[in-house]
Amino acid sequence: MQLTHQTSTAQGTSIISTQDVNIFYGSFLAVKQINLDILRNKITAFIGPSGCGKSTLLRAFNRLNDLIVGARVDGTISYKGRNLYAPEIDPVEVRRQIGMVFQRPNPFPKSIYENIAFGARINGYRGDMDELVERSLRQAAIWDEVKDKLKQSGLSLSGGQQQRLCIARAMAVQPEVILMDEPASALDPISTLRIEDLMQELKEQYTIIIVTHNMQQASRVADMTAFFNVELTDGKRSGCLVEYDKTEQIFQNPQQQSTQEYVTGRFG
Amino acid sequence: METPNPVSLSIRRERTLEKSVTRGIKEKIIALVLLGCALVSVLTTLGIILTLFEVTVEFFQEVSFAQFFLDTRWTPLFADQHFGIWPLINGTLLISAIAMLVAVPLGLAAAAYLSEYASHRLASTLRPALELLAGVPTVVYGYFALTYVTPLLRNFIPLDVFNALSSGLVMGIMIIPTVGSISLDSLRAVPSSLREAAYGLGATKMEVTTQVVFPAALSGIAASIILGISRAVGETMIVVIAAGQQPRLTLNPAEQVAAMTAYIAQVAAGDTPRGTIGYKTLFAVGSTLFLITLLLNIISYLIAQRFREVYD
Ligand SMILES: Nc1ncnc2c1ncn2[C@@H]1O[C@H](COP(=O)(O)OP(=O)(O)O)[C@@H](O)[C@H]1O
Ligand SMILES: [Mg+2]
Repeated sequence: MQLTHQTSTAQGTSIISTQDVNIFYGSFLAVKQINLDILRNKITAFIGPSGCGKSTLLRAFNRLNDLIVGARVDGTISYKGRNLYAPEIDPVEVRRQIGMVFQRPNPFPKSIYENIAFGARINGYRGDMDELVERSLRQAAIWDEVKDKLKQSGLSLSGGQQQRLCIARAMAVQPEVILMDEPASALDPISTLRIEDLMQELKEQYTIIIVTHNMQQASRVADMTAFFNVELTDGKRSGCLVEYDKTEQIFQNPQQQSTQEYVTGRFG
Repeated sequence: METPNPVSLSIRRERTLEKSVTRGIKEKIIALVLLGCALVSVLTTLGIILTLFEVTVEFFQEVSFAQFFLDTRWTPLFADQHFGIWPLINGTLLISAIAMLVAVPLGLAAAAYLSEYASHRLASTLRPALELLAGVPTVVYGYFALTYVTPLLRNFIPLDVFNALSSGLVMGIMIIPTVGSISLDSLRAVPSSLREAAYGLGATKMEVTTQVVFPAALSGIAASIILGISRAVGETMIVVIAAGQQPRLTLNPAEQVAAMTAYIAQVAAGDTPRGTIGYKTLFAVGSTLFLITLLLNIISYLIAQRFREVYD
């Protein structure tokens, strides 16, 4: 396991680590020179202005960028010490261990039950499906609201419920890491708080990385926070990692001026 | 930032709030012309239906419903007259079923490939090639069935010279673009967020295609199949040339059969005098064909309604 680049060894062990990662869309360098260690069983927040490459980096962690024509990663992203982009690695297997919750809730146009069962089934789950569905929905704190309508379409739920359904769906395949790309940005404040509570419970069993635009949210939920910014090189805008530390440190005693400006809302 | 623009100011000075007389009239004329164009097609359809049903009513004054629906033989032009429609329906449905057995799997496979597997560039070259199949004149397909497919198949299986099998197979090829093209559009309309959701759970491309994208596109796929069936049922040239003229109740694709359209074409091409019963059968068969197609259209409309709200 690669521990050399760890930012704060006192905090725990790293599960994902990146070395000199550059990500391109065609010839456009979207994020450059990322070196960071994601700690196991912690919540890590990615913050920074729009377009600085937070989603791009997040999607590189479970090889979802493979779906975008022209997207390319260089440098090394390792997961438990294995290079995720090595030729022998199967992206399908990667995504089974590193799950994702998207910005806009995207339940399948299937029943609530099927939304959960789908992932488990394609992952070859052989156990009691009813039990797995119930457990996942309970974990995502939505069981009480949907237990009487498991046959109804996932799309019949409210936005906040749909997002929790998507979280339940991601957990049903029992990944080790869950990537969340602004999971609360389309939700009302109450649903948002419920999802934050949920994350606190989930971190016992999962490693969570969350992209958020909401400073309060980052300071409430995250153990570690990474601040990204856009840097101009030869007139081209690329995202880079400015500062990565314990959340209190980032919010109360940032080392970089741009971090200070961003977290206090004086950015731009 | 906003420097006043002298050009826009001069326009502004001429503006009034009153209605302009000439514009009102112009708009009305345009609306009337458009209405007229729309009416032409509606009235034509109505006219066709009226003529069709008028003679059909005359037909049923001479032939009872029982003779039409309960008899199993169709020999209106012979001395021993029988008016059972089923052999003709049998011919049409047998050939259509064979055609759909070819067109549905191949059409859907082509659509799945172009939408989910092929690169964008390859897809934009292959699609027009696929649609070219729809541009081949049906008479060419007919002779292709009769002079190429039938002799080829006869090397392996005993077939009548005219038979349902080769007409059905060739008709299926003709219908591939109908099924494929419309299915392709509906597969592409499935939001990519659903694909990402499935890939994000560790689904393979095959699982994403068959278990997420296809079900989400079901209404369009169903519509494409129904439209394909409509084309099969209404297709004339291929069945006239390659399927035969003998109305038979049979499910054996090796035999010759007569489809409804083939009967109509055959009688209409001969010199059956107006007003005779032979002439009236044309309209009775035509009405039956029309009702079948109408039914298919209604089904496809209902399917589209039923699945409409799937993803919004
Ligand atoms: N599919 C794509 N193709 C090309 N460029 C993209 C694509 N997705 C994002 N980008 C570009 O990459 C940069 C980073 O985007 P993104 O990762 O979405 O930023 P963030 O999530 O921080 O707002 C932006 O300049 C964006 O325009
Ligand atoms: Mg983003």
